[in-house]
Amino acid sequence: MHLIRYQAPDLAPWSAADRWSNLRNELNSFFEMPFSSSFGRPGQLFTGWSPALDLYESGDNVVAVVELPGMRKEDIDISLHDGTLTISGERKREGTNGEKAQRTERYVGTFRRSITLPTHVDAGKVGATYQDGILKVILPKAEEAKPKQVKVN
Amino acid sequence: MNTLTRETREADRAQAEQFTTPPAWVTEIGDGYMLEIEMPGVKKDGLEISFENNELTIIGRRSLPAVEGTLLHRESRPENFRRAFELDPSIDADKISAKIDQGLVTLTLPKAEHVKPRKIAVS
Repeated sequence: MHLIRYQAPDLAPWSAADRWSNLRNELNSFFEMPFSSSFGRPGQLFTGWSPALDLYESGDNVVAVVELPGMRKEDIDISLHDGTLTISGERKREGTNGEKAQRTERYVGTFRRSITLPTHVDAGKVGATYQDGILKVILPKAEEAKPKQVKVN
Repeated sequence: MNTLTRETREADRAQAEQFTTPPAWVTEIGDGYMLEIEMPGVKKDGLEISFENNELTIIGRRSLPAVEGTLLHRESRPENFRRAFELDPSIDADKISAKIDQGLVTLTLPKAEHVKPRKIAVS
């Protein structure tokens, strides 16, 4: 899930002169928002490109499935830190010479997705495949997270 | 190119099959247009491209990798993809070519010979 950094409210003393400069700054930041790239996709406004992520728990594995169409394997980074899986990367656009974009709905550039895993996983055994624009990360559960049967002696 | 997307939502609702609209990218290149559509999870044989009444329709049927187990979190949509474009008459429909690579459909729409700028040799 995406974390949006908390922005502290402006605590500067409020005065009539500040009022107009604040308003101007706010209007400026409004125009700087990446509207064209985020049009029509909720949740993208502040985070840029945010690919869809599905998370499954199957037997001894936790499986993350991410929709990443049109990427190269080399441009995808997967990292695991403190029980949080982060998938990041950059989508590049090739051959933009003499081209004129007529309609752009796709997002090009960097993305970052993080998700907190439900159980401990064995970081050393994580595997991933990328096929048909779908990234599948298989995270085997750590030994202590697997269900165990205890025999009564 | 006239890239007006038909409002197909009403029509889709009437049909049994539901589709989702994938993001697309239209670029003008030299002698034609390039159309890129995001269809993650669609393989070559799941792609259906048709051209009728000056309307180009691209349908992508997904063959998602089956994951057994409990779903914990879901953001992806289960529907197949459908996108329709009304083409400019200057496009040579017979020469449209398509490819799919890592869930990205790329269509090349060349302009017809008669609309290309040409030089007339002086005899």
